[in-house]
Amino acid sequence: MGNLRYLTNGLLRENPTFVLVLGTCPTLAVTTAGINGLGMGAATTFVLVCSNMLISALKNFIPDKVRIAAFIVIIAAFVTIVDLVMKAYVPDLYKSLGIFIPLIVVNCIILGRAEAFAQKNKVMPAVLDGLGMGLGFTLAITLLASIREVLGNGSIFNIKLVGENASTILLFILPPGAFVTYGFLIAIMNRLKIKFNI
Amino acid sequence: MANKLESTLPNMILSLVTIGVVMAASLGFVYIKTKGPIDEAAAKKELDAIQQVLPEFNSDPANGLIEKDGVIIYQVSKDNQPVGFAIKSYTEKGFSGHIEIMAGFLPDGKIYKVTVLEHKETPGLGAKMTEPKFCDQFSGKNPENFVLKVKKDGGNVDAITASTISSRAFCDALQRAFDTMKEVTDSIADN
Repeated sequence: MGNLRYLTNGLLRENPTFVLVLGTCPTLAVTTAGINGLGMGAATTFVLVCSNMLISALKNFIPDKVRIAAFIVIIAAFVTIVDLVMKAYVPDLYKSLGIFIPLIVVNCIILGRAEAFAQKNKVMPAVLDGLGMGLGFTLAITLLASIREVLGNGSIFNIKLVGENASTILLFILPPGAFVTYGFLIAIMNRLKIKFNI
Repeated sequence: MANKLESTLPNMILSLVTIGVVMAASLGFVYIKTKGPIDEAAAKKELDAIQQVLPEFNSDPANGLIEKDGVIIYQVSKDNQPVGFAIKSYTEKGFSGHIEIMAGFLPDGKIYKVTVLEHKETPGLGAKMTEPKFCDQFSGKNPENFVLKVKKDGGNVDAITASTISSRAFCDALQRAFDTMKEVTDSIADN
């Protein structure tokens, strides 16, 4: 089973957030609380797996010249499905993610994987690649969101760690904190990659 | 990729139209399936908010609903005794724009409770208006003699530290709720 390689690829070696640095808009914007990171990651993973699967299954049916248009239609359809389902069953999470659910359509990871991987490979590797990339993205933004939530809000996954009036480092909840944390995480990842030669 | 479709005009049209139609059909299916739960979730949220800001009641808030200039007034009662008004009000004066609140007024005009439904204020600063420490200071006050302005502007409201703009916006929304309620109750009394 060389297929497992496709799964781990997205987790570390080509992690979409830390190595490819794709899809940074939701990465920076929604990561103010751990649960947002997890929800965003789950939604993106679902879209990534489904679109990768369908695109690789249809790869011979889609002429080259209109492939981007076809990919976008497929991706947009899955995103709208996620949008409706989340609105119906997890309205609170849907509200806190807001505009970033519809914006998954333009997340470069998804179109990037469709273009670079799914349209050239069989269905099974494409699904695993989507799953790996999705999980890599989820882990990365959940980590980023948890760090920001702990430092900026003094809580983790909505569980308070400090008292009512304790002052927290507000900067980390605000947009600059996203860049700072993201930068440090990329630096740490690069360091680890050199050390362990991944 | 041996038998990939050539990029000829008929092929391109065939491919795009098929994908478009199939995707649209599946979206329609999901839309129909989720429409019920989405409406239920929205209605439940509204009801939860009304229950939060008023004492116990057992009438259906959807009855006797009055809408005026974007402010929605729910009148509720318990065993035909009026319990009060839940008023969904708004302001555009927030630090980041639109804020929506639900305010509960007792029949004598006193505020029972206020809760914030929607806001985009800065986390850790303006967003503190959702916390009891700020919201609960309005409970039991009657805006007739409790000036809905922050102390800096000569009112009676303790502003959130470093978030005067958000506090002012909150007062604006609450004042709008009170004014609309008065207009409506006065016009009922006149008749």
